[in-house]
Amino acid sequence: MSSAHATSTYVPKSRAAKWFESRLPLVGLVHSSFVAFPVPRNLNYFYTFGAILIAFLGIQIVTGVWLAMHYDPSAANAFESVEHIMRDVNYGWLLRYAHANGASMFFVAVYVHIFRNLYYGSYKAPREVLYLLGVIIYLLMMATAFLGYTLPWGQMSFWGATVITNILAAIPVVGDTIQSLLWGGYSVGNPTVNRFFSLHFLLPWMIAGVVVLHVWALHVTGQNNPAGIPIKSSKDAVPFTPYATIKDVFAVVVFMILFAWFIFYQPNYLGHADNYVPANPSVTPAHIVPEWYFLPFYAILRAVPDKLGGVILMFGAVLILAFAPWLDTSRVRSCNYRPVYRVFFWVFTANAIILGWLGAKPPEGGYVIASQICTAYYFAHFLIVMPLVGLFETPDRLPGSILETVTGPGKQVSGSGMPAGAAAEPAKRG
Amino acid sequence: MADEGPQGTKRDFLFLATGAGLAVGVGAVAWPFVASMAPDAATVAAGAPLDVDLTPIQDGQIVNVFWRGKLIFVRKLTEKEVTDMKAVPLNQMIDPAPFADRVKAGHDRWLVAYGNCTHLGCVPIGHSGNFEGWACPCHGSQFDAVGRVRRGPAPTNLPLPPYVFASDTKLTIGEEGGKAVA
Amino acid sequence: MRIALLAAAGLLAAALGSTGAYADDGHAPNPPREKWSFAGMFGRFDQAQLQRGFQVYKEVCANCHAMKLVAFRNLSEEGGPGFSAAQVKALAETYSVKELDDSGSEKERPARPADRFPPPFPNDKAAAAANGGKAPPDFSVLAKARTYERGFPWFVFDALPFTSYSEQGVDYIHALLTGYEDAPKGFEMPGSGYYNKYYPGHVIAMPNPLSEGQITYPKDDKGQPVVPETVEQYSHDVAAFMAWAAEPHMMARKALGLRVILFLIVLAGLLYYVKKQVWKKVGGEVHGLQPELHKTY
Repeated sequence: MSSAHATSTYVPKSRAAKWFESRLPLVGLVHSSFVAFPVPRNLNYFYTFGAILIAFLGIQIVTGVWLAMHYDPSAANAFESVEHIMRDVNYGWLLRYAHANGASMFFVAVYVHIFRNLYYGSYKAPREVLYLLGVIIYLLMMATAFLGYTLPWGQMSFWGATVITNILAAIPVVGDTIQSLLWGGYSVGNPTVNRFFSLHFLLPWMIAGVVVLHVWALHVTGQNNPAGIPIKSSKDAVPFTPYATIKDVFAVVVFMILFAWFIFYQPNYLGHADNYVPANPSVTPAHIVPEWYFLPFYAILRAVPDKLGGVILMFGAVLILAFAPWLDTSRVRSCNYRPVYRVFFWVFTANAIILGWLGAKPPEGGYVIASQICTAYYFAHFLIVMPLVGLFETPDRLPGSILETVTGPGKQVSGSGMPAGAAAEPAKRG
Repeated sequence: MADEGPQGTKRDFLFLATGAGLAVGVGAVAWPFVASMAPDAATVAAGAPLDVDLTPIQDGQIVNVFWRGKLIFVRKLTEKEVTDMKAVPLNQMIDPAPFADRVKAGHDRWLVAYGNCTHLGCVPIGHSGNFEGWACPCHGSQFDAVGRVRRGPAPTNLPLPPYVFASDTKLTIGEEGGKAVA
Repeated sequence: MRIALLAAAGLLAAALGSTGAYADDGHAPNPPREKWSFAGMFGRFDQAQLQRGFQVYKEVCANCHAMKLVAFRNLSEEGGPGFSAAQVKALAETYSVKELDDSGSEKERPARPADRFPPPFPNDKAAAAANGGKAPPDFSVLAKARTYERGFPWFVFDALPFTSYSEQGVDYIHALLTGYEDAPKGFEMPGSGYYNKYYPGHVIAMPNPLSEGQITYPKDDKGQPVVPETVEQYSHDVAAFMAWAAEPHMMARKALGLRVILFLIVLAGLLYYVKKQVWKKVGGEVHGLQPELHKTY
């Protein structure tokens, strides 16, 4: 297949292993992907978030399946069954708080992962497909999180579901049909929570499937790195195991400390107090606010006075990410060597944070105007800054090799972390 | 194509027909799955337009009805209330609406409005407050006899559901322009 | 990229700023922060306080407010008010619950510890009808269902170890119970309702439920009251009781959390040195690389 597989040095030893490997080379595949796979030796800790995300996908699936053993997806019983989990099920509070805060932590990690990608230009050739698969995972995560938040059937569950399904009705021609298919009635109700539960159970497995493709694509092109230059010799790389493995495990455990803090000491900090009020179709909460990880998009939605326009911009804000590989005209990947674009990157990041803050504010007066300015800048970053800066910017001189970024230029180094010839330039372009 | 002769055309047709057949089959299998997500028969039946018999309703009386899970007030205004409501200057209202916009022409003794406060959705209490209408027990909003908000915090008037007068004594909620609303 | 971390933290924090939601349209002032024995990392419920709080609930609040998710048995479970099983059984028997007999008609029987607190009204409509049109809210999780916004930067401190705070709900309940006063000049009261400083909109349907000396607390050995019999004390106690009812496993959660976090810190420390040891072979810095490295692991 690819260079990644060319690096497989697995040789089955026992007769049984040889027998199996000649029929299904599974061990060799795992070995080449997670043991012998060449990893750029200059990766920093921002590159451990992929592993953290896989850990959280696992945590969410396991805690979710266990919660499903106790949860009752009906409008009449959902709220009480969640409280039953919290009160009566052994360690039920732990499972539920882990799942609820796990969703937030999942998004913390995915945002670090995405902004790391944008900073180091990892979306650029030859990793476009790898990147697009990432955007798909992000979309599926958002859908899953939205569906999951409706399940406790509190006030914010109900009204969040109502607001989001109502904006779908703004889609021309098919909007009403989509809305009605999601509701299964004339408003959010019992059929809705039933099917949302079913879909909430389904989507994580789809995420897992796309994650497999994402990792596969990663092992075809090889990893990008802070220098943004490809592996040129075996001296630039170290084998995945033990080097990346131990680093990833360490990072996952450190991240778990943050996770544990929220589970055990601030389990409701990231949620809404209103969601402890049972859903009531005739009582509206004072402020209907989505979960924190949706706030920038919520601000974009409300920045536009026209409902359809808002919906288009909101979805556009996510979808425009998919065009980044073609909008960015620079041949240099990493912002470390892009003095001008680097500034714009931080402005973009700050802009996204401000949008998040605005999303939590009521849609009135100055907040709306600020949202409109930030929304305009968000799109301008992709449509104007990315293409133009790449054309006019003079990048800094790139290092000669990945090794040079670690040891300093001109240092003679003997030997390699990789077997000879193993890391023969996985990233062929750029 | 031209080189292939009649043989090729026949084969193309065969492939095309088979492909179309497969597509029809896939579509036919998918249909029940999609259709099953639409509102079910019981929900549709329960959401059909609702007839309200007006004959037993006395002058000034408010009747609560439910349609599609939502509370609706049906109120027979007294002559005095009609006169008073017509006389309210628009600039005294939070959400200005002339009397004629709140009732159907020719049936100006009848108010039909959703019964949840536009602030946070509590149910206002009829015949209370200072405006011959409703007062909300939750946060003190007040509405007049035709459901216009006259004292905050509620921001807007009580919304009006779709309805028609089937006759002078029968109201059909959920119907507009001669057909049931979706 | 360090800035990125800060930025991400900022995003998180900014977003969190307004996740707390309650009807604040009446521009009610934020409730004052109270001292709670159960606040913070090492917070614990005060059993005597929970017992007093239960007494306030039982004698005053329970006349209108249900607590339908709480069962009598919970009162003797670990981490709670610490009543004995016998006390709970005796208490339950003073209540009656309805069940169907063999002929299918309802009959009453004494409640058992497994039963939940019987509600004061058969259903929400009856509760609303008896209370001026608005059903009194259920108390089961009310302490978690109320909050107030503290604004930037305070909400950041609320999330951090040692300054963490999640008792906004009980602050609000305490403030509400002590917030009855005469309407200020110029405040137009609608026909019904009472003025409350901390209630959103200031007009609350519930009359002031507590008065000084209204509830007689258990005395100590010498016949002296252990705590003052004041509205201030009653509202503290009942708010604490509601905090426990909303989060009955809080003490178990915090105790387990300490062990989990200490374990993770030790594990992370070990992993850090293992990682350093492993990477020493290739040396992030100047060490030469060994061709056979990966085979040694």
